[in-house]
Amino acid sequence: MKLSKTAVILHIIAWSVAVLWILPFLGVFMASIRPFSEILRGWWTFDRFNPSPNSFIEAWNNPSFPLSRGVINSFIVAVPSTIIPLFVGALAGYGFARFSFRIKSYLFLTIVLLMALPQQSVVVPLFQIIVRLRLIDNYLSLVLVHSAWGLPWIILFMRNFFSTLPIEVEEAARVDGASDFKIFYKIVLPMSLPALASVVVLQFMWVWNDFFLAKIFIYEESMLLATQRIEFVGREQFRVNWGVLSAASIIVMIVPIVIFVLLQKYYVKGMIGWTVKG
Amino acid sequence: MGMGKITARKNFPLFFSPALILILFLVVYPIFQTLYLSFLSSSGEFVGLSNYSEILSRKDILNLEGFPKWPPLGALIHNAIWILIHLPLSMFSGLALAIILRDVKGSSIIKSIIFLGMVTPLIVGGIILQYTFTERFGIITAFFDTLGFEELSRTWTAYPNTALFALIFGSVWLWTGFSMIIYSAGLATIPKEYYEAAKIDGAGPFKTFRRITFPLLRPLNIVVITMTVLYDLKIFDIVFMATGGGPGKASTVLAFEMWLQAFRYSNFNGAAVIATLLTLLTSVVTIPLIRYMVRR
Repeated sequence: MKLSKTAVILHIIAWSVAVLWILPFLGVFMASIRPFSEILRGWWTFDRFNPSPNSFIEAWNNPSFPLSRGVINSFIVAVPSTIIPLFVGALAGYGFARFSFRIKSYLFLTIVLLMALPQQSVVVPLFQIIVRLRLIDNYLSLVLVHSAWGLPWIILFMRNFFSTLPIEVEEAARVDGASDFKIFYKIVLPMSLPALASVVVLQFMWVWNDFFLAKIFIYEESMLLATQRIEFVGREQFRVNWGVLSAASIIVMIVPIVIFVLLQKYYVKGMIGWTVKG
Repeated sequence: MGMGKITARKNFPLFFSPALILILFLVVYPIFQTLYLSFLSSSGEFVGLSNYSEILSRKDILNLEGFPKWPPLGALIHNAIWILIHLPLSMFSGLALAIILRDVKGSSIIKSIIFLGMVTPLIVGGIILQYTFTERFGIITAFFDTLGFEELSRTWTAYPNTALFALIFGSVWLWTGFSMIIYSAGLATIPKEYYEAAKIDGAGPFKTFRRITFPLLRPLNIVVITMTVLYDLKIFDIVFMATGGGPGKASTVLAFEMWLQAFRYSNFNGAAVIATLLTLLTSVVTIPLIRYMVRR
């Protein structure tokens, strides 16, 4: 097949942009696998090239801030912080899609507005609440706050999804005497697996990627999450150890990237459904 | 049917209450408590707006003496500059990419590459952009070095004239995937027949864009603009990691100043003022998006 001249130009532009876009990632990757002396004049010079996994091992087993512990901690926080708002949000989203009551539209608008707020808006009183509850250095604080902050968009997203489901099946079940909860768990949720998958992917990634809330609620060194450890790993007294810091960065980012690559369909659907289609 | 409706009415609070309890306790209450704290002194007395005048007169927040000039200009102005540069750049590059990639082979790979920035933790994004803008190590500084621009070949994050711009350009790199994905989704909904008809009528690519593509994508602009401005107002991690707001506050932003006031200087009331400003700004920005969602 012969491409037209414009098509050739478009391909060149598109692939050059892709190369340009990946260069910074390639840079940290090179810094993570090559000894410091080799990248002194830039990671793109290849007169010597001795890749090794040493920086990864050093970051993973760092004596004061091992990334291995951070990755485990992040999973301990991210899993419940995804599952709790998933079910709580789906319940409420179903309520908004199927029941009608007086203040419903106001309640719904308020929840949508809350979706936009930055966590910085509320973190001072949140910190004071968590201190009063003695939940500083307790992952329960992060799980609760992440759950609450994930809810607005999950409710919006699930409500939009439930509205597209045909109501006839649910009505038939109701005629057969099934309760609302039974209908929800037995009929509606199984039909909603793709939407639930989108919620899981997006919420998990946001919690995993969070740094701000973790920074405010978790101080005990052994409890620091993966993102928090980036701040300390590879910082030597007078210089930055770019090898170890780059390796640590890659370890932290590999989890969301793998999820994205494997579950891209759900991620993109969630991203678009969340904003574009209603 | 009648029975079904009765159970529905009786049960429906149970569907909402877990969500509402969490949201009321951990989102809504803290918003009002923040507002309340912003009017109190550190000892808990009501002091009216004096926290506000104290915070707004700080050079960290607003530093316009001798304007126009290079940063530091204060966090409020830095956020504004951020929006002014980041919004058009990321929006138009996302739109252009979405349009170009529609007709390019391997576009799903290219899209994934551009989207990597969106799934990367922002704290790591901060590291990567710091590295990319570091003298000799970084590819951008090295590029300017070969072109002979001495000022731009130094570590961008270490100098007040360049630090803020390194962060802003870095955030364009990280965030362009968002508008690209949204516009791509919009393009996919435009029927192919429209373009075929335009071709038969002899319309060129620019006319086609102006008459078909752009008007049909227009509803998405509000989504992209709102989400991008919200991103710019919330920006924290990359500032924290790449520059720490420096040098000399030349790259600080509101969210970072809020954190400093609260968790470095234990000035919770001053922090509450900045937090309230952020709440007001984000609410104003969100109203058009909500109106758009309601209209559908």
